[in-house]
Amino acid sequence: MHAAVVTTGRDLRLDLFRGIALWLIFLDHIPSNLVAWGTIRNYGFSDATEIFVFVSGYTAAFVYGKEMRERGFIIAGAHILRRAWQIYVAHVFLFAIYLAEISYVATSFENPLYAEEMNVLDFLKQPDVTIVQALLLKFKPANMDILPLYIVLLLLFPAALWLLLFRPSLALGASVLLYVLTWHFNWNLPSYPEGHWYFNPFAWQLLFVFGAWCALGGAQRLATVLQSRITLGVAIAYLLFAFVISLTWYLPGVGQYVPHRLEDLIYPIDKVNLDVLRFAHFLALAVVTVRFLPRDWPGLKSRWLWPPIVCGQHSLEIFCLGVFLSFAAHFAMVEISGAVWMQFLLSGLGIIIMVAVAGLLTWYKRAEGRSPGSRPKKTPDADLAGGEA
Amino acid sequence: MKTPIAAAAVAAALYLLAGAAFAAEPCDVPGYLLFGSNELKHVAEAVQKQHKLTIAVVGTGSSILAGPDGPRSAYPARLEAVLKQKLPGIDVKVVSLVRTRMTAEDLAKGMEKMLTDEKPDLVIWQTGTLDAIRRVDPDEFRAALDEGVETLHKGGADVILMNMQYSPRTDIMVPLGQYADNMRHVAQQHEIPLFDRLAIMRHWSDTGAFDLYAAGKDNVLAQRVHDCIGRGIAAMIIDAAHLRPLEPKASQ
Repeated sequence: MHAAVVTTGRDLRLDLFRGIALWLIFLDHIPSNLVAWGTIRNYGFSDATEIFVFVSGYTAAFVYGKEMRERGFIIAGAHILRRAWQIYVAHVFLFAIYLAEISYVATSFENPLYAEEMNVLDFLKQPDVTIVQALLLKFKPANMDILPLYIVLLLLFPAALWLLLFRPSLALGASVLLYVLTWHFNWNLPSYPEGHWYFNPFAWQLLFVFGAWCALGGAQRLATVLQSRITLGVAIAYLLFAFVISLTWYLPGVGQYVPHRLEDLIYPIDKVNLDVLRFAHFLALAVVTVRFLPRDWPGLKSRWLWPPIVCGQHSLEIFCLGVFLSFAAHFAMVEISGAVWMQFLLSGLGIIIMVAVAGLLTWYKRAEGRSPGSRPKKTPDADLAGGEA
Repeated sequence: MKTPIAAAAVAAALYLLAGAAFAAEPCDVPGYLLFGSNELKHVAEAVQKQHKLTIAVVGTGSSILAGPDGPRSAYPARLEAVLKQKLPGIDVKVVSLVRTRMTAEDLAKGMEKMLTDEKPDLVIWQTGTLDAIRRVDPDEFRAALDEGVETLHKGGADVILMNMQYSPRTDIMVPLGQYADNMRHVAQQHEIPLFDRLAIMRHWSDTGAFDLYAAGKDNVLAQRVHDCIGRGIAAMIIDAAHLRPLEPKASQ
């Protein structure tokens, strides 16, 4: 089964970490899940979202950058926009499943303890408004924020990619500038019924563009910095610092030792606008990873790492499946049992299903003669940027 | 693959055993969730010098219970009963000022008037649920909390913040996380106690003390949960104000 790992020039580390990020996002999305204590968001500032967005930027640039060089701006841009459309369709599909689940919960739930929490179902009373707002990406239920972010990032990507190909430093500079201006002027997209996008695209684009920049030669330019011992030392020190701070979130006793001035400086750690602390934490993780996990490490081809890698190779499908499975797991916890053993069982089962489906998708591709090794040379595959690549 | 699964199974089994042991005392809460280093100085002064304690509960729908027994069995009334029992000779009064469908910002605006009307020594501010449901901007939520706590401090009252209920049936629809984080940070910065209702009820659910997944119209469950919340807050107040409670002879 594991022979399907692709070995043509692609950096399997990207698939590996995107696969792991997909698992972690799934685990974090199951509410009340004890297993989620093992995910990285509890041990530092950044979480799986950063990995997912960075790797998505990297692979998108890798696929569409090549196409833009060979076939021009129009063709590559058209393919990027088609990809954005596919993600939009996937998002609407997930929204339909979400509506089905919570409509069911709404009709079967009348615990007087939770009269206030039932207000969350208010929007079912006016489907005319809610569904239209959802189609406009303004109404986004919990845990359904990443795909809309991805859609906006891809809509802006043709222009960004063009600039990245011909003036990479300028492109990265423009991205940083947009990030800074966003912080300064509080730019964000509006949400329904109130508030703003949970992942601000104008801030999170920095990580996506940075990933793309690395894919298009930036990583080589950074090589000397990445290999320096000072960088490694700073990165490890920062990861330790973040770890100690994260301890104070769960062990109030530790909090006494953190000076107030430091607390005032670091809080709030803003996820909406990709706080600098989170970005730096992701960079530190990346520095350490690149250092200790070389691209040609033989373990990447071992069967033990096949499960996350194959998931990372079909990221859009597996991401959507993960969101669906987290709804299903919640449903099972409500209907059968929310006990701790059930949380472990559902978490494990979900990951097994994700791996099995990813394996099946690989099999389909090969059966259709489209595996990346033997792909006919026509258009780059539509599922590429998010998935293969 | 086998070792991690086995380890997870063992961990789960241990957890369940621990849960079964806890389930004997339904109201039990781990000490770190109730007792911290933030003090209630006005409460201590009022109790020691004036032998009275006036508490105002400012909150929303999850601070009341419906039905004819509602007012008597909701946690503000339970808190009053427990405090009266544990602090004999002290004139304890708990007023419940609950308004449904209010965000933190709405409640913060009413604080000044509430202070002049009630002159409380302590305000228990329960909030966050509607903010999370409506997904109010987290920065605005935090600013409203800051403003409200500052108003209360200026008015000479101690404050306990109380966060949302743990509600497993609806928690996939309401992203509580960042709102709970903001409440914790505001409590830390103003050095006030946080009654972490979310973590406490989560603990009761995990240990099997209460089946919070239940869907039916179970008034008994709701009343027992509110009773335990009232007891928890009473323990927190007594500890944070360094009061000497009358110890009950039997454990009830």
